[in-house]
Amino acid sequence: MTRRWLDAPLLTIEHLTMRFGGLTAVNDVSFTVGRGDITALIGPNGAGKTTLFNCITGFYKPLQGRLALAREGVAPVQDVDALTRSGSRHKDGLYLLERMPDFEITRDAHVARTFQNIRLFSGMTVLENLVVAQHNVLMRASGLSLLGLIGWPRFHAAEQRAIDKARFWLDKIGLTDRADDPAGALPYGAQRRLEIARAMCTDPVLLCLDEPAAGLNPRESAELNDLLLSIRAEQGTSILLIEHDMSVVMKISDHVVVLDYGRLIADGTPDEIRHDPRVIAAYLGVEDADEAAGVLA
Amino acid sequence: MPITRALREAAFAGLVAAGLAFPILTLGTELDQSNRLVLEQRWSWMAISAALVCVGRFLVLILASAPTHRVARAPLVSPALTRLLPSVSVMALFLFPLVMLFWLGPQGSLKWINNYGVQILIYVMLGWGLNIVVGLAGLLDLGYVAFYAVGAYTYALLSTQFGLSFWLCLPLAGLMAASWGAMLGFPVLRLRGDYLAIVTLAFGEIVSAVLTNWTDFSNGKAGIMSIPRVTFFGLPFTASENGFAATFGLEFQAIHRTIFLFYLILVLALITHVVTLRLRRLPVGRAWEALREDEIACRSLGINTVNTKLTAFALGAMFAGFAGSFFAVRQGFVNPDSFTFMESATILAIVVLGGMGSQLGVALAAVVMVGGTEVLRELTFLKEIFGSSFDPSLYRMLLFGLAMVVMMIWRPRGLISSREPSVFLAQKKNVSGALVQEGHG
Amino acid sequence: MENFLQQLINGVTLGSIYGLIAIGYTMVFGIIGMVNFAHGDVFMLSAFIALIVFLALTQLLGLTSLGLVFLIVLICAMALTALWNWAIERVAYRPLRGSFRLAPLISAIGMSIFLANFVQVVQGPRNKPVPPMFTDVIQVTSGGAFDVTLSYKQILIVSVTGILLLAFWFLVQKTALGRAQRACEQDRTMAALLGVDVDRTISLTFIIGAALAAVAGTLYMMYYGVVNFSDGFTPGVKAFTAAVLGGIGSLPGAVIGGLLIGLIETFWSAYFSSDYKDVAAFSILIVTLIFMPSGLLGRPEVEKV
Repeated sequence: MTRRWLDAPLLTIEHLTMRFGGLTAVNDVSFTVGRGDITALIGPNGAGKTTLFNCITGFYKPLQGRLALAREGVAPVQDVDALTRSGSRHKDGLYLLERMPDFEITRDAHVARTFQNIRLFSGMTVLENLVVAQHNVLMRASGLSLLGLIGWPRFHAAEQRAIDKARFWLDKIGLTDRADDPAGALPYGAQRRLEIARAMCTDPVLLCLDEPAAGLNPRESAELNDLLLSIRAEQGTSILLIEHDMSVVMKISDHVVVLDYGRLIADGTPDEIRHDPRVIAAYLGVEDADEAAGVLA
Repeated sequence: MPITRALREAAFAGLVAAGLAFPILTLGTELDQSNRLVLEQRWSWMAISAALVCVGRFLVLILASAPTHRVARAPLVSPALTRLLPSVSVMALFLFPLVMLFWLGPQGSLKWINNYGVQILIYVMLGWGLNIVVGLAGLLDLGYVAFYAVGAYTYALLSTQFGLSFWLCLPLAGLMAASWGAMLGFPVLRLRGDYLAIVTLAFGEIVSAVLTNWTDFSNGKAGIMSIPRVTFFGLPFTASENGFAATFGLEFQAIHRTIFLFYLILVLALITHVVTLRLRRLPVGRAWEALREDEIACRSLGINTVNTKLTAFALGAMFAGFAGSFFAVRQGFVNPDSFTFMESATILAIVVLGGMGSQLGVALAAVVMVGGTEVLRELTFLKEIFGSSFDPSLYRMLLFGLAMVVMMIWRPRGLISSREPSVFLAQKKNVSGALVQEGHG
Repeated sequence: MENFLQQLINGVTLGSIYGLIAIGYTMVFGIIGMVNFAHGDVFMLSAFIALIVFLALTQLLGLTSLGLVFLIVLICAMALTALWNWAIERVAYRPLRGSFRLAPLISAIGMSIFLANFVQVVQGPRNKPVPPMFTDVIQVTSGGAFDVTLSYKQILIVSVTGILLLAFWFLVQKTALGRAQRACEQDRTMAALLGVDVDRTISLTFIIGAALAAVAGTLYMMYYGVVNFSDGFTPGVKAFTAAVLGGIGSLPGAVIGGLLIGLIETFWSAYFSSDYKDVAAFSILIVTLIFMPSGLLGRPEVEKV
């Protein structure tokens, strides 16, 4: 099996450290996310997975470390170093995420995310949620809304495209019938899918999902797997996900990264992780490796 | 509710009322000839207030237990009416001064067009302006009146000092207020919820204190007098030969100016309304509402929340600036007393009572709150009941405050709480108020 | 130097009054997350109650011992104001609990307008002068540019404030009520599940806040010697500013914030211009919040993502 995360890295995380007061939530973590991979980030509760997510998406400013994202191709190390020295945030499709505020990471570097506790615009309709996600495209088309105010025709065309795109995603997640209902009125599983579709409307190269399968029943969980696989296949979006549900992790991921107490303890293919004794011990906190292996299998 | 329990609770409420009445009601403080405070005993007031509260509480308990809940849950204004009401009321408003003029004559209609028409429309416009900030973007602004003051003083100073015309000053006042909004907004919009509220309140107080104390600039408490009155695009509303009346071959009457002011504020308010409606369907307006719903989600979608808040703040301020310069040209006189916290509170109350984000609701609330207090001025017949020392206007603000409390308890989400979506695929369905978030900024 | 010392004494006196009012704001905000806008007017009401009780004791009952009169006035004002605030909470805020965030705020603004106008209607719009009391002063320094004095009133204000704050601190830190209060602050639903009577705790919070405001009202009436129905707003806003400056939700913060606002105001008036003392207090608030968004002692809010 090829190891895309080594040959074709999309995001390179180096020596990432994040501290809250005395607690080191993420401690000197380095790994790469492969282009076109589905990467799973696993670990026991409190291992620092969500903190790491928040660092990648700019909601927290990491204490130390470099997060280099290359939108296309493989960025040579000397380019990344040169950008680091230059002090600027991005150059020629290469982005240093740790220097960028959260909204720029989505807008410019095209990294989108979802949240562990769903954050939809509950008082807006399903369609509106998907249109808001295309804010930056529409802002440009409407001349920062000023031209739109006087009925600029180019804006109408852009808005129509935005609605078409929303409709595409609605079809994909099976919510076309409910497009005009408030997002807050949807059942839980549909809200999860809508949040993923909303993130996809920002045209991400990397989609970060924080426990997308949490609270889903087995059927919904299987549908989610299909959705993620088709996003990867059709949109070519790489996916980084935090997940506790091993059936999801083992079935769809190409690359698994394991955190424990803020440290990276293993990094490899699902098969390798399944048999890694450190993972088994740390993940389940038990000495009995056989019992742990049973759960991970 | 069983009668005995209601009676028991009513008796308790009466007892509490008796306790509250002592000593603030039962002992009045009066200054005698030597400027010394003496007490006036009026124990009967205690008995009266206790009895009133007791009976009132009993009636509330009995009536509340009657099965009327289903009616209360229905929307206040039916959806069909909601669709029709705006166009009908705009037409009615355009006809209002003329109907009044023909019905009551130039003298009799003045009060109705001025005190009810113009006065209410000013608050409708201010309510719509603040609705952008509070209702759409979910930012709590307790110092909105500061921007109203900026607009009023911009016109007052530019016209009296530099002789600029109203039509030039109107956009300048809006721009000035908007830039003040942006200037205040830039550092403070990073603050969350209640801190933003207190900072805007502090800003409002600072503006009012500066206007009061910086005599060289604003002429202090005395204010600025003889501000040029509004003209009909250059034709003054005077009895002179080149005045409005003479030019159009009419007999000069003071009502002409009032009617012109009415149409002016009506157009200004409608501009506010149309701009807001259009913006709601544009990316920036959707971003405001998304911001109110969930700021963190907004940031995760690449929306620059600081700029989004700033546009809401500056735009809301701009409309207050327009309204302010209208206020100055209408009064011909401005002083800091018109721009107190009470004004901010009234405008905010109109927005919240109307139902945050609902344009129609805000207009209705302005009619109820401002019109209601104007009606209280009319209740002079009560003098005949309570004696000539009874001054109904004293009770105006007392009842205004009480009405705010009662209306909030009656409809905490305002008169019209449902939200109209800005875009739809198959069918436009209003979003129930229970799902709409209120914002934390 | 003399001027500085004198202003320091005056500033601490004024700050004590602000601090007492600020506690009411900060406690209510801590427990139900609401800006109790009517609190300033509750303070004004308490000053009126104190004034009337004072007149009743001296004129109707003919008491002459000033110390005894002061004690009775203080206790009556605390009890009656507490009853008022309890009733206000029951009528205007409790029905709105758990509803829309802005609804209680608007209700409180309405209550504030109501209280001010109620007092105006029943007691008249004119200033109410109080005969001077505790007029003796202690000379702290003499022989300098001018004499620095410390009046008995000021000693009384600062010591009453100090004693009551200690008692209050004990109440919140050591008693079951204080524990219940802090539990409700953290998580009201969980506190209710664990058997804390949330409604009662909230009522008690309003009662305590009003009692402290009544102490402030009594001292204010005595110190300035005049009360007016419109006296609630400005001290109320200043005290709220103090609570925010100290870090809203933090009790020591409220006291420190109160003292700071009192000192800023006094020193600004003494050294610059009394016209702009409010501008100074509010500007410092804005600047503090921009650079320390959770006030001086407030817990910094970690954004939960």
